[in-house]
Order: sequence, then structure tokens, then C-alpha cells
Amino acid sequence: MSALAAAARRRARRVRVPIIWFLLVATFLIAWLLVSLYGRGNFVATSTLLNIVERATALGIVAVGQTFTILVGSLDLSVAYLISVTAVMASYIMQGDPSRVPLALVVVTAIGLAVGFLNGLLVTKARINPLIATLGMGLILRGLLNASFQNFAGAVSPSFQLLAYGMLGPVPIPLILFATVVAAGALVLARTRFGAHVYAVGGDRATARLSGIRADRIVIGAHMVASFTAVLTGLYLASRLRSGAPWIGPDGVYDLESIAAVVVGGTVLAGGRGGVLGTIAGVLIFAILDVMFNQLGIGSYTKQVLRGFIIIGAVAIYAFRSREVVG
Amino acid sequence: MSDARTTVTDAPPAWRAALGAIGRVAPVFLVLLILIAWITYLNPRFIEPTFFLNFLRRSAPLMVLAAGQLFVVVTGGFDLSQGSLVTLTVLAGALMAFGDPANTWWVILVLYGIGFLVGVFNGSVTSFLRVPSFITTLGMLLTLKGTALLITGGAPRGALPPNFRAFGRNFIEDVPLLGRVPWAVIVLLVLSVLFIYLFHFTVLGKQALAVGDNQRAAALAGIHVARVRITAFVISSLSAVTAGILLGGFSGVSINVGDGLELEAISAVVLGGAALLGGRGNMPAALAGALTLQALFTLLNFLGLPSPIRVTVQGAIIIGAVGYAAWRAVRAGQERGA
Repeated sequence: MSALAAAARRRARRVRVPIIWFLLVATFLIAWLLVSLYGRGNFVATSTLLNIVERATALGIVAVGQTFTILVGSLDLSVAYLISVTAVMASYIMQGDPSRVPLALVVVTAIGLAVGFLNGLLVTKARINPLIATLGMGLILRGLLNASFQNFAGAVSPSFQLLAYGMLGPVPIPLILFATVVAAGALVLARTRFGAHVYAVGGDRATARLSGIRADRIVIGAHMVASFTAVLTGLYLASRLRSGAPWIGPDGVYDLESIAAVVVGGTVLAGGRGGVLGTIAGVLIFAILDVMFNQLGIGSYTKQVLRGFIIIGAVAIYAFRSREVVG
Repeated sequence: MSDARTTVTDAPPAWRAALGAIGRVAPVFLVLLILIAWITYLNPRFIEPTFFLNFLRRSAPLMVLAAGQLFVVVTGGFDLSQGSLVTLTVLAGALMAFGDPANTWWVILVLYGIGFLVGVFNGSVTSFLRVPSFITTLGMLLTLKGTALLITGGAPRGALPPNFRAFGRNFIEDVPLLGRVPWAVIVLLVLSVLFIYLFHFTVLGKQALAVGDNQRAAALAGIHVARVRITAFVISSLSAVTAGILLGGFSGVSINVGDGLELEAISAVVLGGAALLGGRGNMPAALAGALTLQALFTLLNFLGLPSPIRVTVQGAIIIGAVGYAAWRAVRAGQERGA
């Protein structure tokens, strides 16, 4: 009996090792091998590794927030346009003037939190399916944005460009930003009451409510986290491009790609299981493949075809594995 | 098969169930009527047969997509790959046919073959590998769009021959009372009847609803869940190919012809009262949902709003309609004392 229990415990522990980290290491090794054999350049050079992280930063930050919405059993399709709104508003308000940076930050943060709050209200109080609610919110943002701006609007101040191009000693500031967001996300989920409630509400909303958790508030909170990370990604992109344009969010497909990264990272689409670290592994896998394809000289269209299969394949491995454990 | 027949005889006649279902989702028809009345008020010629048939022609691709999407939605899934499949149909069709009318028929056959395979793949991965359909079809969205761009090198190549484009572009002239009748409207009528028949009058439609309502119960009741799922995805993909052929006909070849159509189709289905995550849906209402969306685009056009604002209004209306439906469902639940 106790041997059985011990075996069950071992099995349970094995499930918790995120398989995605093995995939990440495997992807990295395969990419290294392929690039060494057939590609140009040295895959493990610092410049390549920084390139990988740089590619991962924009998607990674918003994917951390997307993890929260998916964990509570919702999702957010409006992040792509919120990223655009943020980038455009930030550079429009700044107009290259450093003294206007604080104002811009306050405004875009307020917009972002308001959008997240509204998304949460629509999903909880109005009981609208999150897919439709956030899709509709994305359309509303897109229309308002395109009606007001057609092209690059204004410019971020030179000091603000440090966010994307600055260095703190040997470490690039974007890397610090990325790491901070990931650490904050992981800490909130693992160590705070809000984080515990996120898992409870995503696992079983009715039970969570009966346990005295205000489930609606948790869902609204998760949506505000997602919107806030979209604002951060928007600010990072505005800083990197030196200005904001309405198309930068949808062009990066940040809505669907962030959801894909979260799910590839092992968070269950139905909510309740998963976490930020898996998501980051998913984002890094996408970035490694991007850099690998570039160094191998594979065109962007082939890349897109392969990425589709990779998303399906990764989730299939995950689903298949979980079935083995279940029995 | 015999089991299912018993069920049908036990239940009230199918036509009554269908009528009752229409009654329950009536709001979409009311909204559609209001929109059409509003457009007619702004432009009285809108309901003249020629203009109205033209409106139906423009709506045909979205209606066909919505009908296909409904099959997947009632089983509890999504098909996000529809729009990319439309793009692939148009681009690959133009590339293979290269403007030669002699190629049209085998090209259409190949395109439906591709659609069939895409549907089988989506359905099989969702059923057997247990990948959520949202992810399966999202991956398929990227793959199909990538394939379309890859084979054409990123810019439209070749051309659709005139007899290929005829389905979306040509008219039957001098029809009594109606004037010029577009081929697309006839295609739409035939398909609508077929879709309504499949959904409301065959075992397949009932099994799809049962799978979406409670997959485990459906399996225990002897329904081959995987087969029903795969069939639903195949119908959705085939309808996307059909929409692609119609769209290629009247708007020609471009690399973003199908962008976002999958979300419009899902919106249409939801406007038609279908429950996302499955178990509830009605074919005439879904078709009306697509028509409503198209009427909304037309109205916003007539109102002279700048085109970006149209997108905003569309978003607000989708949220409003679904919010209203949710509110009604809650209220109905309270009245029943549930």
C-alpha cells in the first residue's frame, strides 16, 4: 500500500517537472547542431544569444500577462491592439520631449488598466464568452486607433530609447525588463494570495466561490495584469522603433502568438494548471527557432509553415503525456 | 443507425424542433430586419431585387463560412483555420489554373481535396491527440497562410480563369421579376438548403449537438465522437474552400483575401445564438447572423462613417449582442427557478 502510494507520489512529482524545459533544451541543442553543420555564424556566440533574448522580449512580456488570463480560464485577444494603442499614444504624447515621459507613462498605463478592467467586467459581470468579449474589445481599439492615426505618430524621447537600447554594465536593459516581468509574474503566482486564487478560480470556479474567493475580482485582476503587460510590450516596441505605428501590434500577431506560447508552455487552455516559467520556455523556443531559421537561411514563409506544426506538435506531446499519467 | 432512428421517432417532429429553436433565437432575425429597414430608409433602392440580390451575393462567402463554422462550434470547438484556407484556395487556385479555363475543373477538385485533408487533419489532431481545437486550428492558420505565401513567393501569381470566377462574378440575365440573378446567390440557396438539412434533419446534426453538449454522455450513448468531430471539421474546411472560390470570383486574387474571416464567421455564428463551447446552435439563425453582420457593414458604409470607425461599431455590436443573449439566458434560468 505504502509502496503504491510512494509510486503515485513519484508519478505526481514527475508530472510537475515541466516537460517544456526538456523541449527547450532539446530545441537549443538541435538548433546549435544544425547551425554548426549547415548555417552561418556561431550559434552560441553572445551576440546570437542576445538576439534570441531580444526576439523573445516583446512576445515574452505580454505572454506573462496572457498566462494569468488563461490560468483563470479566460483569454485576451485584445492585447495586440492594446500594444499598438500604447506605442502610438506614448510616442504621440512624448513628441521627443524627455519632460513629457512621465505623462505618457501615466496615460498609457491608465488606458491599459481601464481596458483590462473592462475586459474583466465583460467576461464576469456580463457573462460574455472571453473570446468574443476580447475580440470585440480589440476591434473597438483598432477602429479608434486607425481613425486617429495612419502612420508613425510623434517620437519617443531619446532618453526613453534607453529602454530598448541601453546597457546596465554588460547587461542590456531589455533583458533586465524581461527578467523583472517574468520574476514578478512567477512570484505573484507562487507566493501571493492573488496567485493562489488565480489557480483556484481557474481550476474550479464554483468551488473557489464556495470557498469564499471573490472569483469575479480574480478574473478581472487577471485581465488587468494581461493588459498591463501589453502596455509594457507596447512601450518596449515604441522605444525600439523610436516611434509608434498602429500596425505594430497586429503585425506581430501578439494576440494569437502569446496564447500559443502560453499553451505550448504547458498551461492548460481550460485554466487552473500551468505557470509563467512554462510560458517563458515556450517563448524562448519560438525565438530560438526564429534565429535558427535565419542563420540557416530559411525564408519567413517556410518559418511560418513550420511554426504552425511546431505549435500543434508541442501541445500534442503535452496532451499525450498527460494521458499517459492519467492512465 | 437504427438507434438514432428510434430517437428521432420518439422526439417531436424535426420540423417542429427546428421551428421552436428558431423562436428561441429570434433576436437575430429581428435585428436583421431592423438593419435592412434602416438601410432601405437611407437608400430605398436597396430592396429592389437587383440591389438586394447583389447584397446577398456579397454576403454569400461569409454565410457559407458561418454555416461550416457552426458545425464545429456546436461540437464544442473552433475552426480558426477557415480564413487562411480561403486565402490558400484563392492563391493556389490562381497558381494552378494560371488563367487557362481548361484547368478550372481539376483545380476545383484539387482545392476541395486540400480542404478535405485540412478538415481531417484538424479533426483527427483534436480527437486523437487531444489538442484543443483552438490550438490545432491556430497552428493550421499559420501553416496554411505560410503555405499560400510560400508557393506564390508572397505575391499573387497566375490568374483565375473566367469560368472559375463565374461562380462569384457572373449573373443570369433577364430572369422574370428578379432581373439579374448572381450565380453566387443560387449557390448560396442550394448550400443553405443542404446545410439546414444536414444540421436539423439528419442524425449527424443531432450527434454534433450531443457531442458538444456532453461528450462523455454522447460517447456512452454510442455516438462515435471522433467521427462526428472529424466530419464537422471537414464540413467547415469544405465550406471555406467554397467561400474561397466565391471570393476569388468577385474580388480577385490577393494575399490577404481571407484575413480575419474566421473571426467574422465565429461572430456570425454567435450572433445567431449558438453557444460557444458547444451544445446549442441553429442553422437558419447562424446564416441570418452572417447576413446581419454583412448588413451592418453595409449600413455603416451608407452612414458614411470613416471605415476604421466601422470596425469599432462592429466590435461594440458583437459584444452587445452576445451580452444581451447571455443576459437573456441568465434571466430565463432565474424564471425557471434553476
